[in-house]
Amino acid sequence: MAVRTAQFKRASSSAVVDPKLQTALGRVMGHFIEARSHALEEFTDDAWEGMRERAGALKAHTLEHLDYYLDLTDRSVRRNGGHVHFATDAAHARSIVLDIAQRTGAKRAIKSKSMVSEEMELNRHLEAAGVKPVETDLGEYIIQLAGETPFHIIAPAMHKSRQDVSDLFQQWLKTAPTDDIRRLCTIARDALREEFETADMGISGANFVVAETGTVVLVTNEGNGRMTTSAPRVHVAISGIEKVVPAIEDVALMLRLLPRSATGQRITSYNTFVSGPRAASDEDGPEEFHLILVDNGRLNILRDPEFREALKCIRCGACLNTCPVYRKVGGHAYGWVYSGPIGAVITPLLTGIKEGKDLPYASTLCGACRDVCPVKIDLPSLLLKLRRREVAGTNGERAATWMERLLVRRWAGAVKTRQAMERSARLGRFLQRPLSKQGRIRRLPLPVIGGWTRGRDFPALAERSFATIWREELSDGGDA
Amino acid sequence: MRILRRLGVDVRFPEGQTCCGQVGFNGGFHDEAREVAARFIDVFDGDDYVVIPSGSCATMVKVFYPELFEDDAAMRERAERLSERTHELTDFIVNVLGVTDVGAGYQGAVTYHDSCHTLRELRQREEGRALLDASPGVDLTEMRDADRCCGFGGLFSIKYPHISNAILEEKLASVEATGAGVVTATDCGCLMHLRGAMSRKGMRQRTLHIAEVLAGDAREGA
Repeated sequence: MAVRTAQFKRASSSAVVDPKLQTALGRVMGHFIEARSHALEEFTDDAWEGMRERAGALKAHTLEHLDYYLDLTDRSVRRNGGHVHFATDAAHARSIVLDIAQRTGAKRAIKSKSMVSEEMELNRHLEAAGVKPVETDLGEYIIQLAGETPFHIIAPAMHKSRQDVSDLFQQWLKTAPTDDIRRLCTIARDALREEFETADMGISGANFVVAETGTVVLVTNEGNGRMTTSAPRVHVAISGIEKVVPAIEDVALMLRLLPRSATGQRITSYNTFVSGPRAASDEDGPEEFHLILVDNGRLNILRDPEFREALKCIRCGACLNTCPVYRKVGGHAYGWVYSGPIGAVITPLLTGIKEGKDLPYASTLCGACRDVCPVKIDLPSLLLKLRRREVAGTNGERAATWMERLLVRRWAGAVKTRQAMERSARLGRFLQRPLSKQGRIRRLPLPVIGGWTRGRDFPALAERSFATIWREELSDGGDA
Repeated sequence: MRILRRLGVDVRFPEGQTCCGQVGFNGGFHDEAREVAARFIDVFDGDDYVVIPSGSCATMVKVFYPELFEDDAAMRERAERLSERTHELTDFIVNVLGVTDVGAGYQGAVTYHDSCHTLRELRQREEGRALLDASPGVDLTEMRDADRCCGFGGLFSIKYPHISNAILEEKLASVEATGAGVVTATDCGCLMHLRGAMSRKGMRQRTLHIAEVLAGDAREGA
């Protein structure tokens, strides 16, 4: 997918004043958070904490030994009669899918939700190669019709109103307009049913890949994942290399954490386990099964001890839902596939720190994301580390402007000694005279920090510092 | 200062102090932050408790100083010792002194905003509330989503003022809905942020640092 991270400022500016977007964000994010806290009520804090702890440790262990578990996955899938492909980048992964399509003569492909396929811009390339891709997750289907990218990791079309959906269906499926959500679902269901029945190829993502058994685990609510992986004669599962877990028992733990963190469900409607193609004794299922394990920048993160933990992510979206910044700017502003706190961390790491330099600063560091993360990724700390790279990193990472550097140097100089600080304060008091009214400054005509007075007054410097008050009135035990 | 002296604490103010250095640290400028932090560690050398009336600054010293000096064993050890001696004001009063009734004379309705660093770095949800609850004249009214960020975030507020203001709007609406005339918090950053917008909008509510409420001579509407 084209990287538009450099446009964060502009994109977020228009998002915060878009009333429709704000209504949708307020409603859906509020719902997710409420549902999540409701779903956690059955656990004591300690029990939930213990599960997060174990899940985080499990992912850390798997990443630590990823070479071993990828090799084990490869052997398990082949033992089951499937094929494994390792793709170094998005282009490589695309070419593997297109080769399979060409070899099997596939003309119609149905897809269940896959964020990695968004990284690959797979749909566009399938179309160019004469294969018609159809998204079958309802949200993905809606944004495919709209020609957009996912707005949220697990709720890709949450920014669309029922009116928007009705309009899209009217335009593309020639159906009558309606504001009845059930009717809209039926329209989609009818249209998708035909696709399920006629598709040659099913392309899915993977919530987890089990190394020991070679199983791809899909978590869905619509059953589309099951149709995608069983109806067409070829199934291609695409997964980031970090989705591997060692054993099938580990999935039990993950399946307790993922839906509760994501949608606030105790369990999703469908949990699909796919281990290879149809066996001789099976009545249905695909004739061919392929697993494509995609690197696309992940190995660079793995090699970097400072950022490795970012690969623990299981894409539940809880950090988006709780993030005060995501809740105002939404998903598209982040400029690539992933949004919210996890997007602000992995997007620069996967696509370029310099280009994505604005994202690590798109956080108040409030820490709410860290508290909801089911695998305990320390997101605020990773954001701080990225900021540090922008200031002190190598050429490809250095992104802080000279103005920022100058201001920080000035600040460090001004607080170097008490005398220097008092001197700066005296200068400030002199300069603020024309600006200050009743202790308030309504406009600061300064670079960088001038942004404060957009919407907020700035407090004028007090006539006396606390140090002065202390010296003159309090130091002898007095009470000012 | 008055609260602590009232509680029998011998309070001193090292006059050489300036800043904890969080601005540099959060901005990614660790070298500059280290210079400022090293100075802080020098100025506050000794065995006394260090009490900081702002959660974010306390977090910097308590949580981030040891991290900042992780490559310098000697400084790291000094930072860790300082970290143990350092407390945010309400933490110090409640957990070190073991006091909740500080004899606050404040009269009026107050709502309490959870400052992010106080809540999610220092893990203090109850301290501030316990102090307010124990003050007979204080009528504590909880706001909706008290633990949600006000949108300040230090550098964030000047780098992305449009997002910062949008987040702030929700917080102001929560404050307003309580009917309380005062919003209080443990962090000077949040309070400056809230006050700046309240003043710009001409709202009737005002901000008071929790120390101002607890010190006792402030009055609602004064």
